[in-house]
Amino acid sequence: MAQDVAITNAKLVIGDGSAPVEGGTVVVRGGKVAAAGRGVAVPAGMQVVDAGGRYVTPGIFAGFTRMGIVEVDAVGPTNDASAGNALFNAALDVAPAVNPRSTPIPINRAEGITRAVVAPEASKGSIFAGQGAVIDLRSDLHPVSRPRAFQFMEYGESGAQLAGGSRPAAVAMLRNIIAQLRDFARNPASFAERGKDSFLTRADAEALTPVVQGKVPLLVHVERASDILVLLDIKRETPALKLVLVGATEGWTVAKQIAAAGVPVIANALTDLPVSFEQLAATQSNVGRMQAAGVLVGIGTINDDEARQARLEKQYAGNLVALTRVPGATGLDWNAAFAAISSKPAEALGMGESFGSLRPGRVGDVVVWDGDPLEIGSLPVKLFVDGVEQPLTSRQTRLRDRYWTPTEGALPKAYQR
Amino acid sequence: MIRTVAMVAACAALIGCAGDGSRPSGAAKSAPEQAGGQSKGPGIGKGYSHDPFPSTYRAYPGVPTLVTNVTIFDGEGGRIDRGAVLFRDGKIAAIGQSLTAEAGVTVIDGQGKYLTPGVIDIHSHLGDYPSPGVDALSDGNEATGPVTADVWAEHSVWPQDPGFGRALANGGVTTLQILPGSANLFGGRSVVLKNVYARTMQGMKFPGAPYGLKMACGENPKRVYGSRGRQPSTRMGNVAVDRQTWARAVEYKRRWDKYEKDGGEPPARDIAMDTLRGVIEGEIRVQNHCYRADEMAIVMDMAKEFGYRVSAFHHAVEAYKIADLLKANDTCAAVWADWYGFKMESYDAVPENLAILEKEGACAMIHSDDANGIQRLNQEVAKARASALRSGFDISEEKAWKWLSYNPAMALGIADKTGSLKPGKMADVVLWNGNPFSVYTRPDMVWVDGALLYDAKDPKRRPVSDFELGQPGEGDVK
Repeated sequence: MAQDVAITNAKLVIGDGSAPVEGGTVVVRGGKVAAAGRGVAVPAGMQVVDAGGRYVTPGIFAGFTRMGIVEVDAVGPTNDASAGNALFNAALDVAPAVNPRSTPIPINRAEGITRAVVAPEASKGSIFAGQGAVIDLRSDLHPVSRPRAFQFMEYGESGAQLAGGSRPAAVAMLRNIIAQLRDFARNPASFAERGKDSFLTRADAEALTPVVQGKVPLLVHVERASDILVLLDIKRETPALKLVLVGATEGWTVAKQIAAAGVPVIANALTDLPVSFEQLAATQSNVGRMQAAGVLVGIGTINDDEARQARLEKQYAGNLVALTRVPGATGLDWNAAFAAISSKPAEALGMGESFGSLRPGRVGDVVVWDGDPLEIGSLPVKLFVDGVEQPLTSRQTRLRDRYWTPTEGALPKAYQR
Repeated sequence: MIRTVAMVAACAALIGCAGDGSRPSGAAKSAPEQAGGQSKGPGIGKGYSHDPFPSTYRAYPGVPTLVTNVTIFDGEGGRIDRGAVLFRDGKIAAIGQSLTAEAGVTVIDGQGKYLTPGVIDIHSHLGDYPSPGVDALSDGNEATGPVTADVWAEHSVWPQDPGFGRALANGGVTTLQILPGSANLFGGRSVVLKNVYARTMQGMKFPGAPYGLKMACGENPKRVYGSRGRQPSTRMGNVAVDRQTWARAVEYKRRWDKYEKDGGEPPARDIAMDTLRGVIEGEIRVQNHCYRADEMAIVMDMAKEFGYRVSAFHHAVEAYKIADLLKANDTCAAVWADWYGFKMESYDAVPENLAILEKEGACAMIHSDDANGIQRLNQEVAKARASALRSGFDISEEKAWKWLSYNPAMALGIADKTGSLKPGKMADVVLWNGNPFSVYTRPDMVWVDGALLYDAKDPKRRPVSDFELGQPGEGDVK
């Protein structure tokens, strides 16, 4: 399939936080960005799309979702997010569960999402949820761009519950596992015979070994300021850990410490209610204040309809721009807001070289929009993933077409297609 | 206000208002008069108190205010560019192209800004499911039986929910209906509140607003009770329990109507049946959680069978499939812009739900059902409007604003009091710092009954609930 395309005459957004440039061109060759900017030459013979001055951006990189592993949340057999009765935890790998034909994929693709971080959900008995993936939203049967891209862990109130009832239980579980992983490294064979009652099965140990070695990032859901500091302490003790904070509602209150530790964050954009006692300091200024303090922050949908509504990230990012006009609030300017849903979450996972922007060498995920992509109502008019143009229809557009006139015609609705 | 005072007085006259309620207050006097004479009851609607927890809401003082040079959506579909609105004594005084400021009137230049009626959310659980969402404060579902028409959402409202303040400051919400949850077929009574913090629920209660009855179709009741091995466990079980209950209500109403008219021995009081009698009487409005088109059609027939009307179907994900039927039944649909797929009955959601309803002439509106969504209902309507335009149905911004204020006011029975900027109505007003259909716009100032209760420029006009006092982030912009 052709993976070469040039898009010209664009209001070009690179996605790295720089301002849009008028009259820009992006060239995708072999599925990767070859060049993007003003004055970029179009190679002879390449398919050219004239954007007509419209916004052209990288596809949205959804920072934290459960897309593709859930069809209907409340219909158990279609929901592969968690496994309450499984024998394993850290070993669980979402990659085989991703179904590119699940309805949230085309619905989100039609709204400009081209890649998503897909995390498993933790179950009672362990703070470790398993191995997440980065997926693409192509209309084909090969959705996984990066399997086993990270390990996901719960801390704070939910981690405490999963570990047995308290934060000390969660910390003890984590430290114990780190210690056992040293044993595992010395003598892997000793883990072969371990039963299900062991703290760490061989499969779980194999999944966690690259995490403590710093080869695979550890994403930890945490909200309260004091909990964040505990994790930063653990990072200090285990410097190889590639720690990424997920949530971090109270992050703004300890933003300097997070920045000093060089730990990136994937946060919800608009959490502003004290929905739990670990989120008392919630404010929509969290992302803006953390960024201002030097923290690398991307936006995700953490426990926020994450199986299906990553598309709302654009609206959320737009709201952060709105904050810049509210006295006392800290928002993001437009360029930073767009980066927070494209390059920043990719960089938070250590994948900024591959995804999230139109810098050369990144995947050729390019969207031509009919308006400002952060403004309500704007939609893609053309969308490419890995340089391949994608369909923009879904079950929803089909239902809309069938019922645009609700009454039956010559035959029942079931015959109208 | 006057109406509230009158109701309090009426209650005082019926000495039994605060009593045990089992014996109608008026009967004490009238019964002896009936002995041997022509039978006479306490009067229609006077058998027992209909307002035992009366509103004590009082508007806060405001200054006469004139906003000029502003884009106005009047809430009923009208628009004035570079117009003006004057409010004083808590009421809209005038609206027009240009109004002259009299002495003593505060003038606000609305250059580049928009003025609208306050947003009305017909579906909220603030106070009943407040923040923090801990078990100790979760009081929204009396999930101990499928028929709990006896419970009143107002008795669960925690007036310190931080969510009220967010809805005001970020969402421009000035009125909201608090509903019981949807675990039960008959969930209980709703209450309409003004979005003004008070020490008590009564202090927030919208004066003179009718009560609602929360009902629910579909998955929730059958799941909650089916999982306990009791009726209903199916959709047919749902309707069976509904009809049996309505049949009892009709009988209850017959007995009380007869007693109130003719006197004699008062029938036994049943708090649940009081509410259902009120529904059949037309005094209490049915607010019916229902997703699927086919179920809504069944409910509307059931309503005809027992002589009531559904004011609005809430959530109504498939309302678009039966827009014509809803119109014919004079029943509204309250919907989200883009929620879908979280449960089976939400599987067929389309973003054009509001568009198709409006195009077909059915009554439609936005709702939140969510402590976050309620802070951005203007944006939800912007999405729905964008979907309409894209599909070829041209609805103007000013007409789309009906989905945010006038239509919910109609469905709640308070459109004579609020929901549009008509002279004489409550001065529930939002000044936005730009076009409220843009993601880049936020409320600048919000007035409720003419009192300035939020001002983005003034930290002292930013509510901080008791719960947030002395906590991290107290008084932050949020």
